[in-house]
Amino acid sequence: MATVKRTVEVELSTTGLDAAGRPQRVPLVVDDGGSPLALEAPPSAEPDLAGEHMLINIGPQHPATHGVLRLVLELDGETVVRCIPHIGYLHCGFEKIGEYRQYNQVIPWTDREDYLNSPGNNVAFALGAERLFGIEITERCKVLRVMAMELSRIMSHLVWLGTTCIDIGAFTPFLWSFDQREKIYKLLEDWIGARLTTSLTRVGGMGADIPDKWIEDLTAFVQSFPKTINEIDRVVTRNGIWVGRTIGLGVMTAEEAVNHGLSGPMVRASGVAYDVRKDFPYLDYETYDFDVPVGTNGDVYDRYLVRMEELRQSTRILEQAIRRLPDGPVNIADHRVILPPKSKATSDMESMIHHFKQVMEGPRPPIGEAYVAVESPKGEKGYYMVSDGTSKPVRWRIRPPSFVNLSAISKMVEGHLLSDVIAINASIDIVMGEIDR
Amino acid sequence: MSTSFSPVVAGSALPSDAPAPATPKAIAQRGGEPNPTAAALQQRFPSAIHRVDVVWNETTVVVAGAQLFDIVRWLHDDPSQRYDYLSDVTAVEFRDTEQPIEVVWHLRSLPYRRFLRLKVKIERGAPLDVPSVWSIYRGADWLERECFDMFGIRFTGHPDLRRLLMWEQYKEGFPLRKDFPLRGRFSRSEQLRQALAANPEARYSKEELTIAQAFEDLPDDMRRRLGTGERTGE
Repeated sequence: MATVKRTVEVELSTTGLDAAGRPQRVPLVVDDGGSPLALEAPPSAEPDLAGEHMLINIGPQHPATHGVLRLVLELDGETVVRCIPHIGYLHCGFEKIGEYRQYNQVIPWTDREDYLNSPGNNVAFALGAERLFGIEITERCKVLRVMAMELSRIMSHLVWLGTTCIDIGAFTPFLWSFDQREKIYKLLEDWIGARLTTSLTRVGGMGADIPDKWIEDLTAFVQSFPKTINEIDRVVTRNGIWVGRTIGLGVMTAEEAVNHGLSGPMVRASGVAYDVRKDFPYLDYETYDFDVPVGTNGDVYDRYLVRMEELRQSTRILEQAIRRLPDGPVNIADHRVILPPKSKATSDMESMIHHFKQVMEGPRPPIGEAYVAVESPKGEKGYYMVSDGTSKPVRWRIRPPSFVNLSAISKMVEGHLLSDVIAINASIDIVMGEIDR
Repeated sequence: MSTSFSPVVAGSALPSDAPAPATPKAIAQRGGEPNPTAAALQQRFPSAIHRVDVVWNETTVVVAGAQLFDIVRWLHDDPSQRYDYLSDVTAVEFRDTEQPIEVVWHLRSLPYRRFLRLKVKIERGAPLDVPSVWSIYRGADWLERECFDMFGIRFTGHPDLRRLLMWEQYKEGFPLRKDFPLRGRFSRSEQLRQALAANPEARYSKEELTIAQAFEDLPDDMRRRLGTGERTGE
């Protein structure tokens, strides 16, 4: 990129004058692509502030940045000239820690990375590890995992919906959506005992089968949930303030969205029908009947519409999963990989050996590598694992969808007003735990 | 909303009688059908393709680092390939210190619904330089910066290769390298001491401070150090 040096007149206090009493000149490196930084203001009696740019720092401790994102904005009046994002405030080195853990021990870390989507991450990691181990999971396990993924998609979208409504100035949908999210947490609590950090899966199966009556509870939720979507839809979708504050903001065309590597609702709102569930299916998603909503304009409003429709489509998938849930074992029968029932650990010799070997050493996959991507609520979430034949991965890489989506924010906010930065940032659906890892 | 809108559909370049995508079943560890792109690459760049592997149904093409950019450019532009989506850029260092460091690109061709893994192996002792694909995929911006930050791999041609997750003044090395200890290089008390001693102003780059016209207001010593390009803080 070609850069040119221009000179900017800086107003200084008297102490800042140089020895000859002239204001000092500070060289400023600016992009040559027509950035409005040429500050050749004509002398006038009144101070002309038109050319002065201001630096605004948003975050890292700001409620509208959804975590610890920090945006340094260069403003011309109220218009954003440049946006410099800073991330890494939540960096914990998950990928490094994963290299020191057995495969099953990594699953709790996946809870904490995209923490609004823990069951989905657990399933995604287990799918990746199973590819590496060469395991075919049972039919019941597949359907249970589909339920977990779709429940977590609804959960994550509800948080997005509620917080974005608050960012833009609507409080009521936040209460409605968090009320529904609480019901999903109740379902997860009944299933696995934890609400937020579920650790739902194991390599080769699930941490627990669903309890009795759980399907009835899920059915009740699936039946009542569309009512809430419709209520939010009625309050928000045609609301004048909402429409005025979201339409035409942060537009990405289809080519730009694909070129920037956007995924999930971000790329679909730009009119690209790319959904990992449809195009690179896993867990037999090709046998479920659901639609992929696609936006037309690629702005904040379309992202909202796409996510609203995805809530409905996830409900459809849940209905089908409830109908087809087969009986049978949840875990695979190979106890070299998955623990035998705890009740046998002290009564059956072989189970005891399996317990001991797995807890002390951990199962060992063959040498190889696998990249397994799933459609997380934020987009294409990929786990890339490399094994050297030991019980711990050589490399565990998370392909974080909201990390790649956020990298386009500089482009999206350029030329918009400061208040629109909040709306655009909200529309990306970022989770800093996943971005910084 | 325009009435002539038609979405960009993944799989659009496939013939209409192509089989619908399905969940892969009973995948063999080795062998299996390689991605047709691998054969096309061997024909187009015979000297640059070192090896083609199919592991767990995923095709890996090991290529020469010097020609990586041309290969990716061709994969992106050629109408029979159309790899328009960059999923991921990362690197792998093995525990065996003799093994080369691998830089890995995961590419997708949405129109053909293909997935391809490109690898460049960097022998031990060789400079950790690979070409940047930023000018082909804008999405590579942060992915390459993160890879540089974590492994120290320099992507030549990247316009702004700075640290991303670690702060810019971070001097301890590259955290995901195997010679980096899990607990970090310093003790907890030393890390805490450094964090408390850090100057919050140092979180801004000189460029940002110049926008704010705050550069001149800084203390003398800090201005001098920033002016010579040195980072303050930790």
